[in-house]
Amino acid sequence: MSFERVQEKLNILADAAKYDVSCSSSGSNRTNKNKGLGDASASGICHTYTEDGRCVSLLKILLTNHCIFDCAYCVTRKSNDIKRAAFKVQEVVDLTINFYRRNYIEGLFLSSGIFKNADYTMERLVAVAKKLRLEENFNGYIHLKSIPGASDELMREAGLYADRLSVNIEIPTEKGLKLLAPDKNRADFLKPMKKVKNEIIQYKSEKKIIKSTPKYAPAGQSTQMIVGASGENDMEIMYTSNYFYKNFNLKRVYYSGYVPISYDNRLPQIGTPVPMLRENRLYQTDWLLRFYGFNIEEILNNDHKSLDLDIDPKLGWALRNLHEFPIDVNKAEKRMLARIPGLGMKSVYKIINARRYGKLNWEHLKAIGVALNRAKYFIICASNEYERRDLTAQKIKGLILQNSKSKYTKTLSNQLNLFG
Amino acid sequence: MYTALIYDGSFDGFLTSIFVSFDLKLEKVNIVKSQFFQDSFFEEKETIITDKEKADRVWLGLKKKIKPIELSRMYYAFLSENATVENALFMAIKYVFKSKDNVASNFSNPYILEISKLSKNVSREKHRMEAFVRFKLTKDNIYFANIEPDFNVLPLITKHFKNRYADQKWMIYDLKRNYGIFYNLEKLETIQLSFNNSFDPTKTNASYFTDSELEFQQLWKDYFKSTNIKSRKNMKLHIQHVPKRYWKYLSEKSPI
Repeated sequence: MSFERVQEKLNILADAAKYDVSCSSSGSNRTNKNKGLGDASASGICHTYTEDGRCVSLLKILLTNHCIFDCAYCVTRKSNDIKRAAFKVQEVVDLTINFYRRNYIEGLFLSSGIFKNADYTMERLVAVAKKLRLEENFNGYIHLKSIPGASDELMREAGLYADRLSVNIEIPTEKGLKLLAPDKNRADFLKPMKKVKNEIIQYKSEKKIIKSTPKYAPAGQSTQMIVGASGENDMEIMYTSNYFYKNFNLKRVYYSGYVPISYDNRLPQIGTPVPMLRENRLYQTDWLLRFYGFNIEEILNNDHKSLDLDIDPKLGWALRNLHEFPIDVNKAEKRMLARIPGLGMKSVYKIINARRYGKLNWEHLKAIGVALNRAKYFIICASNEYERRDLTAQKIKGLILQNSKSKYTKTLSNQLNLFG
Repeated sequence: MYTALIYDGSFDGFLTSIFVSFDLKLEKVNIVKSQFFQDSFFEEKETIITDKEKADRVWLGLKKKIKPIELSRMYYAFLSENATVENALFMAIKYVFKSKDNVASNFSNPYILEISKLSKNVSREKHRMEAFVRFKLTKDNIYFANIEPDFNVLPLITKHFKNRYADQKWMIYDLKRNYGIFYNLEKLETIQLSFNNSFDPTKTNASYFTDSELEFQQLWKDYFKSTNIKSRKNMKLHIQHVPKRYWKYLSEKSPI
């Protein structure tokens, strides 16, 4: 391995891969075999954090940034005048193994620009994973990108070596995709995703009968959407996300605030701030759908197409549905507890456990970790003190905003004036 | 009158002290590591000789009474080396043995609560160490790492590393407590090293480490830099996740 050449390639190909936000290394069940190297069975580990505060868990690189496509939102698009490089299969294997042995990483996240065609590219990605598994006896985490349009045969093989597979749909709507990536089409994205989904189901059912059935993508599939590049509203983004969770059994959908990288006039110009707050609100909504028992129609619908920026989506829902409140924390069932603003699922479980031994009052709720500054308008507990005024939604929102400090206050100052 | 029970600092030594205090029906004890003991006129003094059999009897007694998770909370809390942890454990263990039901999770008891808090701190650092250990390859083909954790977490992390690095020799050395764990491809050994004066744990000296070691550190530093998105910079979050006191031994944070 020539140090200088690998160093230059790594700089180019890690820089190009950084817009992929997924870094999860959990969810697999691959254990160390035959005294080999690595173990991906534990929960994920973030080995370090970049200065932007994102976790570094995997060696995240592109195999190459040569690409035949010209998607406007992508740094590696064909028409972009940047340095190009390509790793050899062995170079990626060596880097992964040496980083892993030093406890820098949990494994590899390998993506690629598309060179020649989909199958040719996918074949290379699979070759890296295969070499790591079979020649190096590597049991760490491997996340491979499924290349849109890759053949079923290759996708089947990919799942045998990778823990997770993902296809980034990037643009939430078909109309946006036509505008920004005219040479790509939706069906190409869906094909490998569908194949992997079906294989996972098949392998799982076979495993029940024959124990020695090999693992197939044990950490499932994920995807990513860019937020704020092509003018979609939150409703379009979350409905797309919901569609993918439901129809493709995805483990995660990631939302990536668009980082302006081009002067293309179809896109936000360089210097436009990254929509981090909006990204945060989308993740909150995603959590409400997956863990809090909300339906997407309750949070986003035709009367309410975008998420509030100044308050979280659960509080937003509660303010639109004041007739559901106040909720008695000592009696309410889990489903309703989870809908109280200021209560996370951890608090919900703690309340359910604690109320078996006695009635809970404000002190108890505070000790449990409930954010009372928000929750107090929506609950009653074992106390004579509770919100007796018949407050309007607008008034409650004003009071909460007045008495809380958001880390986004700076970003928000414009909107805050409207309600002050 | 208080009795000072002076033990060697090991967990078995501590459990032996518990056994002795029960055996002698001592109500007021002050269990203290020999290195921290200060003689006092107002205390009786008893030196504890660590006895594995006595220690096991206490441990097995607890095992029958409380859940595994509650048992491991006690061990984790002990490893915090907190000045009052022996006392809290003594009171908690007494409380557990005296009660008919299992009370090891009754957090309204101040000692049980203290143990739970300490064990949470230790467990957090255990997880951090599993992330922040940075091995360097020595010329003897051993992957070597030095750490200085706030708590004595080394006994808790070795299993994780053994499961993962089964095919390489490795050593993790706690410089603060001056002991390390060495894995020789077969089993784990506890070792003590004496370092040469010229040994600087924050540097990678070419006479101890392989030639390619510095190259891989450089590649890792480069990777750390290239994977950062400048327009999203958030140093507060960065430092919250990677506290400054750990930077010293993190190759990506130290200047080479």
